[in-house]
Amino acid sequence: MIEINNLYKKFGKLSVLDGLDLEIKSGGIFAILGPNGSGKTTLIKSVLGMVIPDSGEIKIDNNSVLNQWDYRNQINYLPQIANFPANLTVNELLAMVKNLRPKAANEKELISVFGLESFLDKKLGNLSGGTKQKVNIVLTFMFDSDLIILDEPTTGLDPIALIHLKEIIQSEKEKGKTLLITTHIMSLVDEIADEIVFLLDGNIYFKGSVDQLKTQTGQTSLERAIANLIAKENV
Amino acid sequence: MRSRWSYVYFAFYLALGFVLLFLNNDVNKAIITLMNIIIVLTPLIGTIFGVMYYYNSKEFTELLLAQPIKRNTIFMGQYLGIAISLTLSLVLGLGIPFLLYGLLRSTAIFDFGLLLVVGSFLNFIFVALAFNIALSNENKIKGFGYAILLWLFLAVIYDGVFLISLVMFNEYPLDKLALTASMLNPIDLSRILILLKLDISALLGYTGAVFKNFFGTNQGLILSLFILLLWVVFPVWRINRKLRKKDF
Repeated sequence: MIEINNLYKKFGKLSVLDGLDLEIKSGGIFAILGPNGSGKTTLIKSVLGMVIPDSGEIKIDNNSVLNQWDYRNQINYLPQIANFPANLTVNELLAMVKNLRPKAANEKELISVFGLESFLDKKLGNLSGGTKQKVNIVLTFMFDSDLIILDEPTTGLDPIALIHLKEIIQSEKEKGKTLLITTHIMSLVDEIADEIVFLLDGNIYFKGSVDQLKTQTGQTSLERAIANLIAKENV
Repeated sequence: MRSRWSYVYFAFYLALGFVLLFLNNDVNKAIITLMNIIIVLTPLIGTIFGVMYYYNSKEFTELLLAQPIKRNTIFMGQYLGIAISLTLSLVLGLGIPFLLYGLLRSTAIFDFGLLLVVGSFLNFIFVALAFNIALSNENKIKGFGYAILLWLFLAVIYDGVFLISLVMFNEYPLDKLALTASMLNPIDLSRILILLKLDISALLGYTGAVFKNFFGTNQGLILSLFILLLWVVFPVWRINRKLRKKDF
């Protein structure tokens, strides 16, 4: 379970997280939504300890994670932009990340699902954006962790890879994992998310299921419901 | 680390060592020429490599940050990786030609050793300073600019200011000031340390005598090396402090 209390973060004068409170129960898929610059990535990076909040508290399973590092062994993180050292091959990268974690990895299966076998000896700098994202996904899902954080997982993926990704996400959910996903693709949210967390101006603007959101805004499609949420704020 | 540049750097020193020995035909003279090069070049290369590496491996660092590793470990690993590989290039690149030439049979072995030690210190100092600059500047161009400026200041401008102040205040007793001032700049400190060991301090005149009295002794040598060590420890400590607050 993740528990976030009164989280504040400013970048210079720009206040990104403004006293955010959030509780996420174990198990299920949580979609973190919000317009560009609403603090989604900052929130995720705070949980990972990559961004250090100005004040507030983040607890995972009742243990504070600020200034800790070993809890990250229980988190798989898919970064928004897949940037890897260009002079390593895919195999070397996989070996290195495996080396860093004292856990068993099942990368073979994932590599074959995404058809990456022929790329294994290629340098990461020579891969296309979509292929890099696939490597990124393999890196993220090859470990068995309780919490999986995906920041824009669909960027650059072809439709087939997207289907595979959805299958993987579903199967992880069935194993009882907690998944946090940020995305701008509403059909994906509609399809897989159990609960929506809508961020606006550094605070939680809405939290609940997809159906709740639809009834609350009186819209039938999720896309319109979200647009409605953003529009209401601007009036 | 799979850096092509450290091999190039190694080859450069190797070539430099051979050429100098060939031209001078004397180990002692080659060491003096070498000193001038090392004193200016190692800081420059250390600074540039440090800054370049930090910015180049930024994405990679972010990947590592999401893994269960301590921040300090990541950055200290990177820092030591560069500093050690540069130092190896220096020590091996220069050591091999000199050994082949018969360094062991010459009297200059101690001087040569000191030269390498000082060169290594300069590597560690300037890579650490470069990391400090890179950590404080998100903007690559700015970071590079500051790094070059730092090198230019310590290697060239500092000496100029130092000389001018000596000339302007030459009615006052300056030994203490001169000593302290040269302590505050790792490049100057290294230069004086080696010059005095090479016994050409007579060239330095009056101040040379002051320096000789101080640095020439073992005590002075130990103190100087200690200060060089401080120059490593302080920037490294600041890197770690900076890391605690840094967002990625």
